[in-house]
Amino acid sequence: MTIEAWLRAAIADAEERGVPELRSLLEGLAQSTRALRRADFNDDARGAAERRP
Amino acid sequence: VTRDTPTIEEFGRKLRTRAISAVEITDECLKRIDADNGQLNAFILVMSDDARQQARDADRELSEGRDRGPLHGVPVSIKDLFDIRGTATSAASRVREGHIADRDAAAIAHLRRAGAILIGKTNLHEFALGTTNEDSAFGPARNPHDLTRSPGGSSGGSAASLAAGMALAALGTDTGGSIRIPAAACGTVGLKPTYGELSADGVVPLSRALDHVGPLTRGVADSWLVYRALLGDHAPRRLSAAPAAGLRLTVPRRYFCDVLDQDVRARFDASVDALRTAGARLDDTDIAHAEHIAPIYLHQVLSDAAAYHATMLEAMPDRYTKPVRLRLEMGRYILAEDYVRALAGREVLRREVDRALSGHDALLLPTLPIPAPPIGASTVRVGPTDEPVRNLMLRLTQLFNLTGHPALSLPCGRTSTGLPCGLQLVGARMQTEELLRVAMTIERTLG
Repeated sequence: MTIEAWLRAAIADAEERGVPELRSLLEGLAQSTRALRRADFNDDARGAAERRP
Repeated sequence: VTRDTPTIEEFGRKLRTRAISAVEITDECLKRIDADNGQLNAFILVMSDDARQQARDADRELSEGRDRGPLHGVPVSIKDLFDIRGTATSAASRVREGHIADRDAAAIAHLRRAGAILIGKTNLHEFALGTTNEDSAFGPARNPHDLTRSPGGSSGGSAASLAAGMALAALGTDTGGSIRIPAAACGTVGLKPTYGELSADGVVPLSRALDHVGPLTRGVADSWLVYRALLGDHAPRRLSAAPAAGLRLTVPRRYFCDVLDQDVRARFDASVDALRTAGARLDDTDIAHAEHIAPIYLHQVLSDAAAYHATMLEAMPDRYTKPVRLRLEMGRYILAEDYVRALAGREVLRREVDRALSGHDALLLPTLPIPAPPIGASTVRVGPTDEPVRNLMLRLTQLFNLTGHPALSLPCGRTSTGLPCGLQLVGARMQTEELLRVAMTIERTLG
């Protein structure tokens, strides 16, 4: 799931559950997740594990 | 409202020459609680009657020739996250209303066997999910050095009680810095041992993978005594300081020294200079993935906490303070694949800290990049920018919860307005004793 799709779904769910205040926190979390996914230590099915620092 | 008390060592000497009794020191602490807790809000529960009875028992035992060791008759305050048989473990939350612990946490059992007096249960950031102590069902605890400021958190009440002379030691937990942060903010020593060394059985979890139990004390020697008691060693040998000359310390400059309050930086630099003058070897190191610490930490701690709280978030969401509820809810949206990435990142960071420590006795860095923040502040100015308080408070400590290395904060002077600053030392895994030895040397060198 892309971060954009995840964020849209999470915000919609939070609003449906009556917690709209979560929006800004989820947006912050999305930034953090983006940074995590970009990290060079992540495994990659193409064989990036060998490049793991 | 800061007040001096004897250290555990000083008290022990007087106790054994009958210059003071356990009842007298307990009464003195209770008197200070009576006088100042209204302002500080450090205690959620004061266990006056129980404490006095324990103190009478301690004095009786000593008169009968039974000496339980260095903590015999020592009043200790307990973060209200630890189970004490027969009392509520509130975790500073209305969610826990009606809870009564049916047995002691492992750490409490050790303290009892060591002869410590359990004087009361201290305030904290609700469920330990925060670093300022502002979100508590019992209201914020306040910093004894400046009542308008936070004592840090989440073990804020523990640190405040110690700095205000309401106990001779305090027990805390540390999941992202929750012992070291309040220790730095309140001018005490705070120790987070190696992960897993001290049992967290009977402690309300935040993240079982990151939670650590440890002491807050007035000095490093006392920290050693409480640490050993928590390991079940009630007759520890005396800790001797390592010589300052030849001490090998390394400073992770990039990231860890990038965002520092001017006064904090000055105190840190002065400490480095003093250690160098005393003959310590200081060099610089780098944690290559430092920028990833916060995302890794966030994904782990929020997921773990959300799993623990999910049922109550559904059943009684309004019993949480709003900010804590929202952060817990946020954790429920983290995807499993991102959690796994965070776990992989932890391993990378662990290896990098191991490498940085290679050939060194300890890492040296500030504990908090800012002095204790004003209560209610969401941002503070550091240099030219306003920075979120939450990010700043965790910035320099959370790494060592991820990696499990032992870490300790000790005072290293004050800001121009008199607020304490903390110096953080980090040792090799399973080398907590060596870390304390280095800390004792540095404490003596810095005076």
